Amino acid sequence: MVIARHVFVAALFTLAALSTHAQERFITVASTTSTEQSGLFAYLLPIYERKTGIKVHVVALGTGQALDVARRGDADVVFVHARAAEETFLAEGHGVKRYPVMYNDFVLIGPKADPARVGGGKDIVAALKRLEAAHAPFVSRGDRSGTHMAELELWKTAGIDIDKARGPWYRDTGQGMGPALNTAVSMNAYILADRGTWLAFKNQGDFTVLVEGDKRLFNQYGVMLVNPDRHPNVKKELGQQFVDWVISPEGQKAIASYKINGKQLFYPNAQDPAA
Amino acid sequence: MHYFSYIDVGVSSLPSAMSSLSQGGLEALRLIAGADPKLVQIVSLSLQVSLSAVAVACLAGLPLGAAIAVSRFHGRRALIVALNASMGLPPVVVGLLVYLMLSRAGPLGELGLLFTPAAMVVAQAILITPIIAALSRQVIEDAWMEYREQLHSLGETRLGAAVTLLWDLRFSLVTIVLAGFGRAAAEVGAVMIVGGNIDGVTRVMTTAIALETSKGDLPLALGLGMVLLVIVFSLNAAAYLVNETAQRRYG
Amino acid sequence: MNYTQELGPPRSLLPLELEGVSFSAGARLIIDDVSVRLDAGRRTVIVGPNGAGKSVLLRLCHGLLSPTHGTIRWNSPEAPGTARRQAMVFQRPVLLRRSALANVLYALQVAGVSRNHRQQRAREALLKVGLDGLRAHPARVLSGGEQQRLALARAWALRPEVLFLDEPTASLDPGAAQEIEAIIAAMHGAGTKILMVTHSLGQARRMADEILFLHQGRLIERASAERFFKHPRSLEAAQFLEGELPW
Repeated sequence: MVIARHVFVAALFTLAALSTHAQERFITVASTTSTEQSGLFAYLLPIYERKTGIKVHVVALGTGQALDVARRGDADVVFVHARAAEETFLAEGHGVKRYPVMYNDFVLIGPKADPARVGGGKDIVAALKRLEAAHAPFVSRGDRSGTHMAELELWKTAGIDIDKARGPWYRDTGQGMGPALNTAVSMNAYILADRGTWLAFKNQGDFTVLVEGDKRLFNQYGVMLVNPDRHPNVKKELGQQFVDWVISPEGQKAIASYKINGKQLFYPNAQDPAA
Repeated sequence: MHYFSYIDVGVSSLPSAMSSLSQGGLEALRLIAGADPKLVQIVSLSLQVSLSAVAVACLAGLPLGAAIAVSRFHGRRALIVALNASMGLPPVVVGLLVYLMLSRAGPLGELGLLFTPAAMVVAQAILITPIIAALSRQVIEDAWMEYREQLHSLGETRLGAAVTLLWDLRFSLVTIVLAGFGRAAAEVGAVMIVGGNIDGVTRVMTTAIALETSKGDLPLALGLGMVLLVIVFSLNAAAYLVNETAQRRYG
Repeated sequence: MNYTQELGPPRSLLPLELEGVSFSAGARLIIDDVSVRLDAGRRTVIVGPNGAGKSVLLRLCHGLLSPTHGTIRWNSPEAPGTARRQAMVFQRPVLLRRSALANVLYALQVAGVSRNHRQQRAREALLKVGLDGLRAHPARVLSGGEQQRLALARAWALRPEVLFLDEPTASLDPGAAQEIEAIIAAMHGAGTKILMVTHSLGQARRMADEILFLHQGRLIERASAERFFKHPRSLEAAQFLEGELPW
């Protein structure tokens, strides 16, 4: 019985210790695996936290899931990359206003040997057509993420109904960007990835960028405060403060200065109203 | 020879798998030797979360196991089967249920526990309470067969008997509690969902391993995995030694 | 009801009366219509061939089993929730994983003895069975004979009016068995009624004042020990004493 009492007291202390996290000022940002796994947040957030003393808790999910978390009122800010899904989110009344933040681009990754010979050019649509014709192994995210939505859009542009054309060559993994890249590398398959995650990815093996530079591969990120009228727990002031900083000249400069091996990963474009 | 025809894809990745393993070992050594502050923070959060979950699960599971062991009631067998089956609760399902409960849109949303360590404690405690209850029920019931007449003879009540058995079997129960701890500490699906793997807040060993794997940093992921193994192994070794000494001492 | 409570010592548990007691496990009848009255004082030993139902009868008397038919009535029954005034020692002692002393203290605690009396009573009981020197030893690592003595000390500390013993020396060597018999005799000398089952006719001869002879669940014969061993009345008892019934 004495032991039980000790255990109980210890448990209380531990829970108390754990809950101290909740007492500091923080906001929760639902974002995408690409921003987390490319290392952007690990670079950007400490700058913001030093400046404001506000901690930013990032929950990194696919864009679709991130928006769903916000729809339940579990995040203060969303920071994602799928324009159409973001517009829907706004139209449903879950977001206040969408601001463009930055862009990078998608790239088609594949083995250096390039057995389907799709590399070299800029034309992503031609490359996808060739992949489909050759039934070359292709890994899809399959997780409603921004990258997945972009991929589906590109198949459509190429005039391919992927639901009909899919076969054993088309591997729908339902995974985040990193795990999907791991899968592609181990299966010698082609994959569409965002450039940031690819550059930060360490298990590149014999893989390389085969198609890039097509304007249809453009990948725009947006940021929104979750609507406090709809979700009263949203930290309105703190959340808006973060949004304002990200699109401010200072935040934009910080984004531009994040580099891996001298290569810039994201290009700020908050000033572009059409983005 | 025909074996090799199957692994033409694997041949190229085989050397890299080997080097990943050895790199993982080196990484683990570097992490431990350097007492990397980030690692220390992740390890200590892992321990805090899983030990709290074990404490909660013991407070619920041990009395439950003991109560079922010493009582006879209608539906007891069905309850035992259900309890044994729930040892295999899929972590992701538990994570999802806890997420839905704790979400702002859920019934317990007001507590604001989602994406906090407390949420992870809840999820892990739900996962391991059935393990502790079911395994302790078995051990206590076996002992109850032996002790029942003597304790009845002394005039002990069922409640008193349950408490007496829990204390008398403390050394065997330690092993069960450790099994629960192992499961809690090694679990990733549930804590990922309810904790959100937030850097510095809810990132524990397993979610850090998952993240590093995602980033393709396999040596770092393996290194972290080895650190986790070392911790779980040391705890078990310590418990085993204590147990063995105690068994010899107390019979 | 409190105001009608009698002052002074409670009335004795004994005599114990069994009336038409039967016990069956499933379809098997183990105790068949036993009626007997057990008085204070004498040492009663239950003998009989294997499977006669001796241990079951003992458990029925002690309340560990409930009769299928019939009634078991104490003169002044123990009120539920109060300390037991009877104790039992089993063939294999069940001791807790704590010290010898703590085992006795535990029994006293369950019996509701106040904290400041427990220590003294436990030490006295341990002294009586010659285990005071081993009181700090973990109970479960004591020798078989020591464990059984500890079980007796635990019973004795409770100062029971009746002590039930189920083959208490069956798993012990002769030396240890002798010590156990001496302790039982001492307890009897201190005023405790003894009701014992034994396998050993020698032990029954040494210890019994009266014999209950059980055969196939029925109480065949009840007699003073002297008379039973010299002139058994029933054929079964005679055969049993001749060693012709399996036991």
